[in-house]
Amino acid sequence: MLNWFHRLGSPKIFFEISGRWQFPLLSLAVLMLTGGALWALLFVPPDYQQGNSVRIMYIHVPAAILAQSGYVMMAGAAAVFLIWRIKLADVAVKCVAPLGASITFLALVTGAIWGKPTWGTWWVWDARLTSTLVLFFLYIGVIALRSAMERQAGAGRVCAILALVGVVNLPVIKYSVEWWYTLHQPASFSLMEKPAMPTEMWLPLLVMVMAYYVFFFAIWMMRIRNEILIREKNTDWVKQWLGGR
Amino acid sequence: MKFDSLSAFLQMDGHGVYIWAAYGLTLIILAANVWFPWITRRSIIQAEKSAILKSMAIRKSKERS
Repeated sequence: MLNWFHRLGSPKIFFEISGRWQFPLLSLAVLMLTGGALWALLFVPPDYQQGNSVRIMYIHVPAAILAQSGYVMMAGAAAVFLIWRIKLADVAVKCVAPLGASITFLALVTGAIWGKPTWGTWWVWDARLTSTLVLFFLYIGVIALRSAMERQAGAGRVCAILALVGVVNLPVIKYSVEWWYTLHQPASFSLMEKPAMPTEMWLPLLVMVMAYYVFFFAIWMMRIRNEILIREKNTDWVKQWLGGR
Repeated sequence: MKFDSLSAFLQMDGHGVYIWAAYGLTLIILAANVWFPWITRRSIIQAEKSAILKSMAIRKSKERS
């Protein structure tokens, strides 16, 4: 197991394996996203309270889930880097931050757009909205710190520590709807329990959540591959690989 | 299919503006996420290849002189 862990931690082996996965993964993501979006736009019944605006749920909820889940993955990679000093984990932390920031931004803006017709306002300083905004700034912080410390020894460790410290925000986001019940409703969808929605509404949501996950991994992989090419550019295997391009 | 006509689909009972704005933005952000690593990859490959060619040319000229 540990041996396997170390093998995948080698940039060369990761590059070889991910090369076979990236195109199928991205194609699957596009297929699922297109299918899920068409399903949500054309076939989902309008909500009895929200009407058609409920269709925004299918792009907002998966983005919000991925925003948090992406942060957990970034913190996980940061922990792996700090404990085992696996360089690929540092690459992973660096590469997931812009992706996570963009998805968090998407969750915030689609939420605002959804808020207007359902709550009558674009934004309120509700606990969940505010803590998600903090999540966005945490991602931006990791990106900014990295670019400020570029080429300095220890940049990876400092970024990893920041990523780990930011984890305290995650339970705040998760329980914000219960601790301070203001405007944002509690989750009506969970991967573990039967959701409080009819099947014809949650099934496409499940598809969209999975689609976002597949998309996230595909893009993360593409970014990691680029970073590996840059960091390992003086190695023989990269030169050999470039020769085949 | 929950809509009778194309215009009903576009208007969505008055929520069309919000829904299409949200879906449009999602499309833009997701597409940008694909596009950026894609062009980065291309420029890395180009830059590295020309760097290799350059170093090979320097080595050759050194051998000649």
